[in-house]
Amino acid sequence: MSSAISTTMEEEHLWGGGNRPFKASYGKLMMWFFIVSDALTFSGFLVAYGFSRFKNIDSWPIADEVFTHFPFLHGVDAPMYYVAFMTFILIFSSVTMVLAVDAGHHMQKGKVTFYLLLTIIGGAVFVGSQAWEWSNFIRGEYGAVETTGGQIFQFVNEKTDKRVALKDFAISGPSDRLQHEINDGVWYYDEATLPSYTIQEVISGFNSNPNLIIKTEKIDKKGHKIKLSREESLQKITQAKNVVEGANLVRNEYGNRLFADFFFFITGFHGFHVFSGVIINIIIFFNVLIGTYERRGHYEMIEKVGLYWHFVDLVWVFVFTFFYLV
Amino acid sequence: MGNSTHKLEIFRGLLKFKSNDQKIWAVLLFLSIVTTIEVALGISKPEILMNTFLSAKIINWIFIILTLVKAYYIAWDFMHLRDEKSALQASIVITLLFLIAYLVFILLVEGNYIYDVIYEGFVSWNF
Repeated sequence: MSSAISTTMEEEHLWGGGNRPFKASYGKLMMWFFIVSDALTFSGFLVAYGFSRFKNIDSWPIADEVFTHFPFLHGVDAPMYYVAFMTFILIFSSVTMVLAVDAGHHMQKGKVTFYLLLTIIGGAVFVGSQAWEWSNFIRGEYGAVETTGGQIFQFVNEKTDKRVALKDFAISGPSDRLQHEINDGVWYYDEATLPSYTIQEVISGFNSNPNLIIKTEKIDKKGHKIKLSREESLQKITQAKNVVEGANLVRNEYGNRLFADFFFFITGFHGFHVFSGVIINIIIFFNVLIGTYERRGHYEMIEKVGLYWHFVDLVWVFVFTFFYLV
Repeated sequence: MGNSTHKLEIFRGLLKFKSNDQKIWAVLLFLSIVTTIEVALGISKPEILMNTFLSAKIINWIFIILTLVKAYYIAWDFMHLRDEKSALQASIVITLLFLIAYLVFILLVEGNYIYDVIYEGFVSWNF
């Protein structure tokens, strides 16, 4: 009898709430729930990228040849350095976040404020870097032509083995083609920005320049893009239909169309996470300043936001690997 | 949570720190070194690592393993998973590992299959 009573009492206690089997607060657990589901979203994107890449395994663009810019170093081939810089920025802002959490545990308001500020600056620098990376990607550098089947041909100087930009060889002729704008003709109907050169100008420039050859999308066994001989190039250039400069959601000068789409989508979604992280950090930064957590008696909010911030860093580690390294 | 106890050792107890601050800086140093190695490999691309092993280049296996190592230290030390109960650690990590491994397996196999169909099929995609 007595044992039955004690069981009931325990059950009552169980259902009365206040139990913490994980020894973690409600807020922290919910943040972990969010992080696990968001991690699955990101892995869905990255695996979709992997799927498309495996599907086009012999013609996928090589990241080293796409992301070659570094601020203030024009024309210098600097693959990877800039993304590496961005990675360090993000890891460092993660560290300042941990230090802020740690200072919060010891109730040191000044230190929390200082480290949070550093974290916000780091996040802002990262978002800014990503914007710069995007603008380079969208603008493009060399330009290319596209066939009806959507293949990209890039141009290489046979002697120097360097990429050649369209503007260095295309022969501009008089053209009657005008940009169709929204206020001309049919209402609410315009066209995409015209490339700087027409396809005829590029082809005639290519034909009259004997050093130029075509670099195809195809990758050889060693992982290099296959270049055609001059004779093959002259034959292939007749298949070119479009001039492509830079990148948009339809086509890009780097290669497979899906490459730019995944680049915009995955780095964009990650950048959006960093941006929201910065906003949330700013909000709690002001909360720290006005003493909200001091009055509350603990700085657990910093810990919860910190979890999110580290998660964003964690995602970048994977994006970095699968977009830029592998 | 005010004065929670941190586990202050990394590398399976090889390195032990006096304070949580020190441990964080050490982890930062470690992550920076790993990232530097990755970038150096990515730029130099040593010829010997470009050979295929288990249907991927050796260099890519190295990148993936180093990434998982980094992910472990970010989750365990920055996100304080090291200090959580093992039940919480397991419910996060096992869920993700299982679901992601499954997704990776099924989509990459499918992608590879579609590549074979396009490559060996009668339709020309090269025009």
